[in-house]
Amino acid sequence: MHKLLTEQPGEKMILLGNEAIARGAVEAGVAFATTYPGTPSSEISLNLFQMSQESDLYFEYGTNEKVALEVAAGAANSGLRTMCMMKHVGLNVAADPLMTLAYVGVTGGMVILTADDPFMFSSQNEQDNRYYGKLSGLPVLEPSSVEEAKNMIVYAFDLSEKLQKPVIFRTTTRINHSTAVVTLGETKPRVTKGDFTKDPFHYVTVPAVSRGLHVTLLEKMAEAEKIAETCEYNFINGEGNWGIICNGVSYNYAVDAIKELDISDKAKILRIGFSFPMPKALITDFLKGCEKVLVIEEGEPFMEEAVKAFAQDAGLTISIKGKDDELFSRLYEFNPAMVRERIAKYFGAAYTPAVVPDLSDVPEIPQRPPNLCAGCSHRATFYAVKKAAEGMDTICPTDIGCYTLGFMPPLSMGDFVICMGSSVSTSCGFSKATDKKVISFIGDSTFFHSGITGLVNAVFNNHNFTLVILDNSITAMTGHQPNPGVNMDYFNLSGYGQVSIEELVKSLGVKHVTTVKPYRVKKSIAAIKEALDYQGVSVVISQEMCTLYAKSLKKLKARPFYVSDKCKNHRDCINEIACPAFYLEDEKVKIDPVSCVGCMVCAQICPENAILPLKSE
Amino acid sequence: MDITRLIIVAVGGQGNLLASRVLAEAALLSDVPVRMSEIHGMAQRGGVVESAIVFGDAESTIISDGEADLLVGFEPSETLRALNKANSKTTVITNLSPLPPFTVAIGKGVYPDLNELQDLIRAKASKLIAFDAVALAKDAGNVLAVNMVLVGALIQTGILPLTVENVKETIRTKTKKAFTDMNLKAFDLGFSAAERA
Ligand code: SF4
Repeated sequence: MHKLLTEQPGEKMILLGNEAIARGAVEAGVAFATTYPGTPSSEISLNLFQMSQESDLYFEYGTNEKVALEVAAGAANSGLRTMCMMKHVGLNVAADPLMTLAYVGVTGGMVILTADDPFMFSSQNEQDNRYYGKLSGLPVLEPSSVEEAKNMIVYAFDLSEKLQKPVIFRTTTRINHSTAVVTLGETKPRVTKGDFTKDPFHYVTVPAVSRGLHVTLLEKMAEAEKIAETCEYNFINGEGNWGIICNGVSYNYAVDAIKELDISDKAKILRIGFSFPMPKALITDFLKGCEKVLVIEEGEPFMEEAVKAFAQDAGLTISIKGKDDELFSRLYEFNPAMVRERIAKYFGAAYTPAVVPDLSDVPEIPQRPPNLCAGCSHRATFYAVKKAAEGMDTICPTDIGCYTLGFMPPLSMGDFVICMGSSVSTSCGFSKATDKKVISFIGDSTFFHSGITGLVNAVFNNHNFTLVILDNSITAMTGHQPNPGVNMDYFNLSGYGQVSIEELVKSLGVKHVTTVKPYRVKKSIAAIKEALDYQGVSVVISQEMCTLYAKSLKKLKARPFYVSDKCKNHRDCINEIACPAFYLEDEKVKIDPVSCVGCMVCAQICPENAILPLKSE
Repeated sequence: MDITRLIIVAVGGQGNLLASRVLAEAALLSDVPVRMSEIHGMAQRGGVVESAIVFGDAESTIISDGEADLLVGFEPSETLRALNKANSKTTVITNLSPLPPFTVAIGKGVYPDLNELQDLIRAKASKLIAFDAVALAKDAGNVLAVNMVLVGALIQTGILPLTVENVKETIRTKTKKAFTDMNLKAFDLGFSAAERA
């Protein structure tokens, strides 16, 4: 049995934040869950996916976040407890349904989880999604720790049902990817079948209906604010007239700092866990007992702005600071020493900084950037495109996935990326606005996510570029989740459909469509050349299973290669394809037999035919 | 309870996530408060994986520069790179078997000299325990046991509030059955290597 399905209230477990969140959902009786995977949220859905195979919990991977949220909206309006999770930028994709679902509301409890990523450990921006609460009018909850995250999820479902509105649950990477001891609670029974009661004057959002719905949304916001005033997740601890207002992980750093600075008789903390609507009376009261106040929050001055406005309303003139050149930045994540130092500085407490060793005499250490795996088919495709495009002046918009790493030298395939699906649509713009040859890259999952509409646009507006779809039959980067192109037999699951990318692309009206096998280097180069010469929209589908996934399925029997003494040390292999299985020993190229999977790409480009299968030695 | 802060750095695939999991489970078994955090975004793609583990009465799950009591590096150049986490009172443990990053193979950087590397660490930390953990893992039966070799070494220092027995019990119950004997052997080899250092 899946460990998170255990019926043993009181049992203590070491859980990753994302496991604790999944467990919280199970304890809340979640019956229906949807997602599009994205770090740092992915393990929540992975655990729910696994549990759905052992229970009557329904789970699905959606094609994108908008779809996932809409699917969830249908279920939640049939009365089921529903959860939809995504990374922070995913909520941008789902923003359209979010804004009007806020008007319509839900009948079953619904939690929308957004995993923000301060410092951008694995994201393209560090936007602060608390603003989505303010924008949509929906309540926002934010835990400070792994244990709290589990309990707060249960509360979020209850709150949602009480207000009949979805609740936004906002985490940051340091919640999702922290681990701590969690005490299991009781699990509520799942209600897996519901019903929808027709009420078009509530559910069909034509202007006349929405005008009424906006009024009720504002009433619900007022009700939510009242709840926030006394909510157990907004609490004060400590005493004194130095006030600290904080949220999320900043709370942990503040608590540790107060202990280490030994100022617990002087400082008190207001921890905000229900952060939209902000509890005005609670905050104003707190401010009244303070001489000065420091707001500690990663990201934007979301609370700070509200706190200052409340102080103004109450005629308070105490110093309230947060984001400030001398104090906290909107950039990146915070850490305990930083928070300790800023608290000491702002309130004038004695402080001895940690002595960081002087590392000025440490020689430069070679960088260790992430790299495409040894034998990754993307490397082979990038090499083939590069060869086929030799002599052309190109622009290569790329997209989001492992293959984004292709922008690194020596492959250097990737010139522009902003968001999921942007490779295709930006190609339309680049090719019209310049005279260069535009070649763009997108993975299979990202193509389904939001590449298709761009391609339809390209066909309709008669653009001129080549789209290379890197189809490795899995959503690789986020940990090998399925997507609509995947054969679900690999997951030992039946009852799924499967969408063929080739048929889809052809049916969209793309006239030049070729499928290549990237491990066949010469053939691939020739086919790609033809596609590049085509005037109009051409699509190359490069098909080869993700090596790492193939290994995990035991579908791949690695047949490692080695560099024989025919090698004349041209190093074309290392310099042009840069597979991490290569290394240098005594200035000679070697292949690590443990990492080599035997894709044979290097063997095909070696001018001396020096790279041979290890067995034939 | 006093706070002890441990940083583990490794290269993706070296099994440090399992090592930190074992330490956290051992803390649970010993009733020691524990919190940790990991950055494992692109770990499978050969990048650096860092775990921060905080034992004792602290709320934070991350460790600031200069504040680790113990720094364990699964790869020598990564130990050196993480030295900003240490201070003059820190004990540093490093594996001495290098995994040169790919940038070295393509001529973008020079791998540090191992003797110089150890001198540098010794000059900045209070103690360095350095040995070839990969060789010991092979002695135990598989290179993959390198994580348990290093767990053995770090328990030997006595800096963590965990007993040998509880850590071994955790290895027995929380690592794959097929590898238990090998993991325990690796633990012992790492433990004695640290005694000798
Ligand atoms: S996980 Fe798969 S797609 Fe990603 S780099 Fe590795 S082999 Fe390539």
